[in-house]
Amino acid sequence: MSASKLNPLTPRTPLPSQVVKDDEGSLVAAAKSGDISAFETLVGRYERKIFRLAQNITQNREDAEDVMQESFLKSYQHLGEFQGNSRFYTWLVRIAVNQALMKLRKRRPNQVSLDEEIDTGEDTMPREVEDWGPSPEDRYEQSELGQILSSTIAELDPPFRIVFQLRDIEELSTEETAEALGLSIPAVKSRLLRARLKLRQKLNRYFRQGENS
Amino acid sequence: MNCKSIVKELSNYLEEGLEPSLKSSIERHLENCEDCRIVVDTTKKTVQIFCNSEPAPLPEDTRQRLRDALFKHLGHPHTEKR
Repeated sequence: MSASKLNPLTPRTPLPSQVVKDDEGSLVAAAKSGDISAFETLVGRYERKIFRLAQNITQNREDAEDVMQESFLKSYQHLGEFQGNSRFYTWLVRIAVNQALMKLRKRRPNQVSLDEEIDTGEDTMPREVEDWGPSPEDRYEQSELGQILSSTIAELDPPFRIVFQLRDIEELSTEETAEALGLSIPAVKSRLLRARLKLRQKLNRYFRQGENS
Repeated sequence: MNCKSIVKELSNYLEEGLEPSLKSSIERHLENCEDCRIVVDTTKKTVQIFCNSEPAPLPEDTRQRLRDALFKHLGHPHTEKR
């Protein structure tokens, strides 16, 4: 299933990293039959995204590197189990999320529980309601914008950060996200709403009209 | 439909997953409530800005260590195919 059909917020023109190249199926098939070069091509295609995913979840560069390496190695070892019911990347993301969560829990065993009850009540009402204008991101250089986004997402608690990462950055569906994290669909939806509102509020300081313009 | 209900339905509204009658009620409210209009618009932009951001290139040392790990475990000289 194409992820872009699941979320109308997806850009109309896919980014280079979002384009599923026509040869993906044949590369996966070749890798399954032991063609390591084909697998290396897939690694080259997704290494940047998997590293960003791992960094956003673990918030630690060394752990993110380990997660990326382990995810690619594990995916190669288990390629025979990939049935092709989803995109290869979606399958890879699920492996990487598991690896990243293991790292996160190892580092902070008492702080990371994705399935704990979260109060979704009172503080969801937005504060600081200010317009951003049409393309607020254009006010920043690409690298500066990247820094803003990674530091902003880092401020979210893991249950919100990880759901947002999977739904709105990796573009997994609500169902895929719920399955990957062992959460109910309502839990994914409430965490996503909270994450979006919190990020909106945090980005307000960079994007409100008059800021950096 | 009040401002609190708009926030509650915000994700569903942005993802176009609402019944037409509920969608119309929200849009009627938005016509008359500037604060909610801004919240809807800036939340939509928040998602789009993250969704539209390309990941940074891998630092070269990180990429080299990935290549080395693949070589060690898969036993193949890693090529430069991207």
